[in-house]
Amino acid sequence: MSLSDSLNKRVASADQPLGPANTLWRDAFRRLLRHRLAMFGALILLVVVVMGIFGPAITPFDPNGMDFSDRFADPSIEHWMGTDDFGRDIFSRIIVGARVSLQVGFIAVSVATIIGTGLGLMAGYSTRITDEVIMRAMDVLYAFPAILLAIAIMAALGKGIGNAMIAIGIVYIPIFARIARGAVLGIRNDEFIIAAKAMGAGDVRILLTHVLPNVLSPIIVEVTLSLAFAILAEAALSFFGLGTQPPDPSWGRMLSEGRAFFRQSGWMGVFPGLAIFFTVMGFNFLGDGLRDALDPKLRR
Amino acid sequence: MNYQYVVQRLLLALVVVLGITFVVFMIMQIVPGDPARVILGPYASDEAVAGLRGRLGLDRPFFEQYFTWLSKAVRGDFGQSLLNSQDVAPQLQGRIGPSFELAMVSLVIGLVIAFPIGIISALKPGSAIDIIATIFSQIGVSVPTFWMGIVLVIVFSLNLNLLPPSGYTPIWEDAGDWLAHIILPAFTAGFVSASIQTRFIRSAMLDVLNANYVQTARAKGLPERTVITRHALRNALINIVTIIGLQITALFSGIVIVEVVFSWPGLGRLAFNAVEERDYPLLQGAVMVVAIMVTLVNLFVDLLYFLLDPRIEYA
Repeated sequence: MSLSDSLNKRVASADQPLGPANTLWRDAFRRLLRHRLAMFGALILLVVVVMGIFGPAITPFDPNGMDFSDRFADPSIEHWMGTDDFGRDIFSRIIVGARVSLQVGFIAVSVATIIGTGLGLMAGYSTRITDEVIMRAMDVLYAFPAILLAIAIMAALGKGIGNAMIAIGIVYIPIFARIARGAVLGIRNDEFIIAAKAMGAGDVRILLTHVLPNVLSPIIVEVTLSLAFAILAEAALSFFGLGTQPPDPSWGRMLSEGRAFFRQSGWMGVFPGLAIFFTVMGFNFLGDGLRDALDPKLRR
Repeated sequence: MNYQYVVQRLLLALVVVLGITFVVFMIMQIVPGDPARVILGPYASDEAVAGLRGRLGLDRPFFEQYFTWLSKAVRGDFGQSLLNSQDVAPQLQGRIGPSFELAMVSLVIGLVIAFPIGIISALKPGSAIDIIATIFSQIGVSVPTFWMGIVLVIVFSLNLNLLPPSGYTPIWEDAGDWLAHIILPAFTAGFVSASIQTRFIRSAMLDVLNANYVQTARAKGLPERTVITRHALRNALINIVTIIGLQITALFSGIVIVEVVFSWPGLGRLAFNAVEERDYPLLQGAVMVVAIMVTLVNLFVDLLYFLLDPRIEYA
């Protein structure tokens, strides 16, 4: 092919509008679809999300309905995962519990993402003093073991699922702040930022329209992985009696209730534990897959 | 040697500790409504509530409260427990040892599991052992710590009757009994820690194994064992030590859960009991000591990093 042919082809292709097929996101999505573990994780999460959305409508039994004539029943055709100490169907409670886990996970991580990313963008883009103040505050929060800080916050705010979301959200703010700041520092002196400044764009506009889209990849990966940790944290708080309150089912709460009856009925603890395990694993697989798909080093 | 790094790292640790004291102090300040009323309950008389407010210093201005509390805390005075009216400090002292022992044994168990698996899977990427290591690592980060603790108790204590399900014996009283009691909780926390460290050790080793100096060592005919131990592992250690430092906070988070599950008499269980009893001074003391312990261990790891790699500069 001659140079002029090649040039003509390029000009011709440049005339066509850039469709989604040509975007980096589209490439990343294709890579994600080829990632087997990520797809396995997505499949697990699809099941959990369906359980979360349609929960009460698809349960075979009333999740809070008691039947004292059928306590501690082993798994059977009627009760797929057996029954608990009140004769409640464990399978139905696990389906409804998915909603609690997802709600807490998504709201807590949203709180952490919005506040943490905002602080990280400010720290990375503004003056050294602002950066130092924000990041030292993040260092302080990061010095507390996550669960201990969440327990302390809940001790102050009180028990309940709403406060669990706030507590878990606060605990994960420093992680997002660090990631966002690191990403901003990597691009703050790039030409497109300098060009935007030269054209008179304000700091907020530059942060939202130029910086944020360019730091989204690591944040999306961290959101997915943080959802896994948030679900674990909610389960731990509910296990300790601080999160979901009875009779509402949550997987951590069910584990806590099952703990006292492990000798009589191991199923009470096994199935909620497996539900937490597979959901967390689903988010971890998807997060790892997203990291591989969005990693700039892998981009052609 | 660049001592500026050491000085700056020490100053930073001091700032973090000061910040920790502020966050811990804020625990009681963010209680909705009147903390004294919350502690005593809705049926307490107004006189009793006013008395507790005075005792806790809640009737004074915010910064006066903080600096009074801080000046006492610096001298080791964390106030009195609301439950038993005893000084908080001696109660904390008795819990530091068990928590520290559990953290260290968990860390060692984690490293003993993670090192061989991480190194072997880095030496044979894509092999069966590498795939098994990846699965092990995924299981470790996905399994709820408290659930794993309960499962281990059922298997090793209730069914096999090999190890005690809970409790603690000081090491100086009976080392064998101490070991029997610490194995299950330390393994529970260590397993999760190991699964995370395995990934990092594998990754650090892979980076080093592809480095030019390792290729040179191989090219000049050194035995593979020498290449790995003298050239690759020694250099990978620098990154691994940093990662262990970053894992300390997560390890302590696991320790808090494990202490509650196994009734281990450490600071985590003390904090949990304090929450149950709304004993804020005790909770504040326990949370502060754990956070400072984590900060000091991180500082130690940072300084160790400085000794291992003289190229490090404060950035």
